[in-house]
Amino acid sequence: MHQRALKAVPKSVAWILIASLCLQLAWQSSRPRPTAYAEALVFPPDDKTLQALSLSEPIALSQLMTLYLQAFDNQPGISIPFLDLDYDRVENWLTRILELDPIGQYPLLMASHIYAQVPDTAKQRKMLEFVYQQFFKDPDRRWPWLAHAAIMAKHRLNDMPLALRYAQAIRQYATAPEVPHWASQMPIFILEDMGEVESAKILLGGLLVSGIVTDPHEIHLLTERLQQLENEEKSSWVPKN
Amino acid sequence: MGSARYQVLTITRFTLLEALRTRLPWLVLAAILLAVLGSLFVKQIAITETARQQTAFLAASLRLAAVFILGLYISSSLVREFNDKGLELLLSLDLPRAAYAGGKFLGFSLIALLMAALICLPISFLAPLPSVLLWGVSLALELWIVAALSLFCTITFTQIMPATSFVLAFYILARSITAIRLISGSALLDQSSLSHQVTVFLVDSVWLMLPSLNVFTQTAWLVNQAEWRMILPVVVQSAIYIGLLVGAALFDFYRKDL
Repeated sequence: MHQRALKAVPKSVAWILIASLCLQLAWQSSRPRPTAYAEALVFPPDDKTLQALSLSEPIALSQLMTLYLQAFDNQPGISIPFLDLDYDRVENWLTRILELDPIGQYPLLMASHIYAQVPDTAKQRKMLEFVYQQFFKDPDRRWPWLAHAAIMAKHRLNDMPLALRYAQAIRQYATAPEVPHWASQMPIFILEDMGEVESAKILLGGLLVSGIVTDPHEIHLLTERLQQLENEEKSSWVPKN
Repeated sequence: MGSARYQVLTITRFTLLEALRTRLPWLVLAAILLAVLGSLFVKQIAITETARQQTAFLAASLRLAAVFILGLYISSSLVREFNDKGLELLLSLDLPRAAYAGGKFLGFSLIALLMAALICLPISFLAPLPSVLLWGVSLALELWIVAALSLFCTITFTQIMPATSFVLAFYILARSITAIRLISGSALLDQSSLSHQVTVFLVDSVWLMLPSLNVFTQTAWLVNQAEWRMILPVVVQSAIYIGLLVGAALFDFYRKDL
C-alpha cells in the first residue's frame, strides 16, 4: 500500500503524537525503580498444578520460576533481603524447580552458594540440609553442591559431625567414573586442619580443572564468592603486637 | 464544529450497533459464565481460603478474557470494513479521517466500558463493593488502552493476524516488563560485562516506551485492601498512553493512500 507524504498529516496530529511521547518518557522516568519485597514471596503452587501450568514445557517453566525467585534477591546489599526471606517458602520454590527440571543444577547452586550465606545459623542449616536431601536423588551430578555444604558446615557452623556426614555421603554415593578422585576423599579433606578459604580454593579449583563448571556466569559467581571469602579473612585478621 | 461532532457520534453509534448485531454481548456473557463455573470448580478443590481463591481466579481470568475478546473484536471489525471497501466509501464523503478514527475509538471505548461493567457484576458478589469499583475503573482504563492499541495496529497492519499478534505480544510484555527489568538488574550477575550493560540498557529503553500494566487492575485490590489513591497512577498512565496510541493511529491513518 502506498504512503502519502508526511505533509498529509495535520500538524495537530503530529503535535499530539510528539507531546504524548514526551509525556510517556517523562512519566516512566519519574517512576521509582522496581524493588523486590521479601514478604511478597508466597508459597509456589503444588506439583500437579505446576505440571498443568507448564503445558508440557517443564524445563521452561522451571527456568521462569528460577528467574522469578531470583528477582527477590537482587537488591544491593544482598545479605539483607536474603535474610528477610521466609526460608520455608524458598525451600518449597527450590524443590518445585528441581522437580520440574531434575537435571538442572541452578536451585542447588542458589541454595549452597547464595541462600546459605546469610548470617543466620538456622537458615544456613536449612539450606545445607536441603542440598543434602536433594543430593541422594542424583548423587553423581549433585555432589559439588554437597561438597560445598560440607565446607560450610565445618567452617561456618563449626559442626564437624555434620561436615563429615556430608563428606561421607559423597564418598559413598557419588561413584560415577566422572566424579574426581579427590571428591571421594572429602572425609580426609574435612578432617584436615585447613582454613575455609584454602578448602574453598581446593574445591573451586578442582571443579574448574575437572571441567564440571563451564558456564561463564557460574564461574564468575563462584570466583566472586571466593574473593569475598578472602576479603573477609583479610578484614578479620588482626596483627599480633 | 457541530458537524464534526455529529459525524463522530454517528460513527460511534454505528460501531456500537455493529457490536450488538455481531453478538459481542453474548460472547462476553458466555466468557463470564465459563469463568464463573471455573471459579466454582476452584472453590470446590481449594483446601483453604476458598473465597479468596475463587475471587482471584475469577478476576484474573475475566481480565485476560476481556483483553483477548476486545482486541480480537476490534481487529476483525476494522479489517472487515477495510476489505468490504466500506472505509473507502465513508472517506469519499465529507468526513475527515480524524472524525472516523475518533468515532471508532469512542465506540470501542464505550464497548470496553460496558464489558468492564458486565465483568464487575459477578465479582461484586465476592468482594467489597468499593474494591470492585476501583478494580472495575482500572479494568475499563486498561481496556481503553487495548482498544487504542488495537485501532493503531489494525490501521497499520490492515490484517487480523499481525494486528492481533502484535496486540497480545505488546500486552504480555507490558504486563511483565517491570519483572523483566527487576531480573535484568540482578546483583548476582557480572555487572561490568558489556552484554549485561547492553541488556540492561535495552530493557530500560523498552520499559520507558511501554505502559506499566502491572500496576493496573490488581487482584490484590479485591482480595486484600484497596485505596482510591492507588488509581491515580493508573489514570495518569492511561491518559498519556491513550493519547500516544491514538496520535500514532491518526498519524498512520493520514499517511495511508486508500
